[in-house]
Amino acid sequence: MGDMKIVLRLAWRNLWRNHRRTLIMLAAIVVGTWAMIFMTALMRGMVDEMVKDGISVLPGHVQVHHPDFRDDPTISNVIGPPSGELLEALRRPEVVAWSTRVRVPAVISSEQDTRGVTLVGIDPDQERGVSFVADDMTEGRFLESPDDKGLVVGRKLVEKMETDLGKRVVIMTQDPENEIADRGFRIVGIFDSKLDQYEEGFVFAGQGTIQNLLGVGDAISEVAILGTDYRDVEGLTRRVADAAGADTEVLPWNEIDTYLGSMLAVMDGFVIVWIVVIFLALSFGLVNTLVMAVFERVREIGLMLALGMTPRSILTQIVAESTLLLVLGLAIGNLLAWATIEPLKSGIDVSIVGEGMEFFGAASVLYPALYLKDVVLANVIVIVLGFLASLSPAWRASRYDPVRAITQVE
Amino acid sequence: MKSVRCVDLCKTYRQGDLEVTGLDHVDLEINEGGFVCLSAPSGGGKTTLLNAIGGLDTPDSGEIYLAGDRIDNLSKGELAEMRLHQIGFVFQAYNLIPVLTARENVEFVMEVQGVAAASRRKRSLELLEEVGLGGLGDRLPAQMSGGQQQRVAVARAIASRPALVLADEPTANLDSQTSDQLMELFVELNEHHKTTFVIATHDQRVMAYARRVIHMLDGRIVDDERRDEA
Repeated sequence: MGDMKIVLRLAWRNLWRNHRRTLIMLAAIVVGTWAMIFMTALMRGMVDEMVKDGISVLPGHVQVHHPDFRDDPTISNVIGPPSGELLEALRRPEVVAWSTRVRVPAVISSEQDTRGVTLVGIDPDQERGVSFVADDMTEGRFLESPDDKGLVVGRKLVEKMETDLGKRVVIMTQDPENEIADRGFRIVGIFDSKLDQYEEGFVFAGQGTIQNLLGVGDAISEVAILGTDYRDVEGLTRRVADAAGADTEVLPWNEIDTYLGSMLAVMDGFVIVWIVVIFLALSFGLVNTLVMAVFERVREIGLMLALGMTPRSILTQIVAESTLLLVLGLAIGNLLAWATIEPLKSGIDVSIVGEGMEFFGAASVLYPALYLKDVVLANVIVIVLGFLASLSPAWRASRYDPVRAITQVE
Repeated sequence: MKSVRCVDLCKTYRQGDLEVTGLDHVDLEINEGGFVCLSAPSGGGKTTLLNAIGGLDTPDSGEIYLAGDRIDNLSKGELAEMRLHQIGFVFQAYNLIPVLTARENVEFVMEVQGVAAASRRKRSLELLEEVGLGGLGDRLPAQMSGGQQQRVAVARAIASRPALVLADEPTANLDSQTSDQLMELFVELNEHHKTTFVIATHDQRVMAYARRVIHMLDGRIVDDERRDEA
């Protein structure tokens, strides 16, 4: 279009003809954009923390099991330790860490109480890179080797069973022949978890010690693998599955913990709904601004048509006005969102509602997570829908009859 | 060569519940380089005829030719293109685009035509000088008097060297002294550039400058007063 420069110049200058109206609309777009991005970052941050916490508790990003283990998580459904192709796959750069575990239901008894728990036999060096336990020790020590005879338990469990660091407890479970296998352990370490259910429900011992207790040799219940990004585990899952062979089941974290997985999917949908809802509120103001701007310039538009400007150029001019306003509002809104999110990245203490947050698995400190894809999504939705919203007044302006428009009485 | 030729033009339009005859079997020929006034009382059809000649309005029947080319059967887009390249317009009021400076207003048509910036600038400054507004090129319309605005409109009308300039009551909002100055400018441009001028007016002072005055009443040509036009 040869007259694009004049069209854009007219659009820009017309935008600032009524400063107050333009500034009010601009402020609305800025606040709307800020709200879209800021709130999305908060929600993303909350879900990220929930997912990361969930993943760091035990699942990892990908797990390898016996095919029947999920239906019957007992010592009967075990696999051999990683070897051959699987071991090679675990050494690829995309694998950040991995660990093998023996995992069985058990009963723990103190002098005061008896409770059901999940007993997890771990290799401490491997586990350190995969799950939270080593990092969240608050008292005593972490396990030192697979043959460590000590037991690491959660703070809540210690309190409920009225036991303490250094005291002995008895663990009772079943071996593969369904015979009782039990043994006394001394509590050598106590951990805290962001999620209470893990403090109460899991106890950790040396993997070799548990394998001996159960008489399963070097068999394990699972291999937990940590990749680089929990949002991108499809490729890793596929490659591990190819290497692990047909007599295993390889699952990503979102299939192991379907609650967390579905939360992520719901959040993606919610972000779009949130952005669209805010835009709809904005669009009324935008359309009103354009309608008024066009209405006030009927004669001028008629003049331009009479002088030979094409209806398409008039349409482009009105749409350009709207687009310039949106782009300006988006730019400032994006900057404002970034400027308010950056200082909060170290965390927002929401402990005042912390109990409620923990109830559904969220931590009491929120870390806003600003994702480029969310910013792009918000900007694209605003621009595309803004363009569509401006088409109606622009179309009407371009259809004016020059004679009637020029002679219109204000 | 005829600049304008109208053959049996008819046009009616509605004004509320009334059907008004705008043009009633109008036949007209205007020579190239003519300086013609269309004179009629309000509602007499002069503006309707001017709009039809300018491709701003289409007749119900009849034919219109500009420089030998028929225009009454052109599409809206073709008419816009024709207006852009062949006709200069001066309207009664609200002639300028308020957000553009005087120079940019003069350049407007050339810019839409795609004329290079340097050429546009040179031409617009020359024309502003010619219409007596040298040095006022950076003023916005709101910073100029009515007469100055009309002069800018005239400069814009002839900027792209159209064969025909149509002016609808160009002096209606001007005082008599400014009107005379504007008409003298029209005459000068007509003689200097050989541009055909067709001016719709009911002002006797304006008609005094014309070489031909066509009198209309109720959409019909009732008198064709040729002074020194061939």
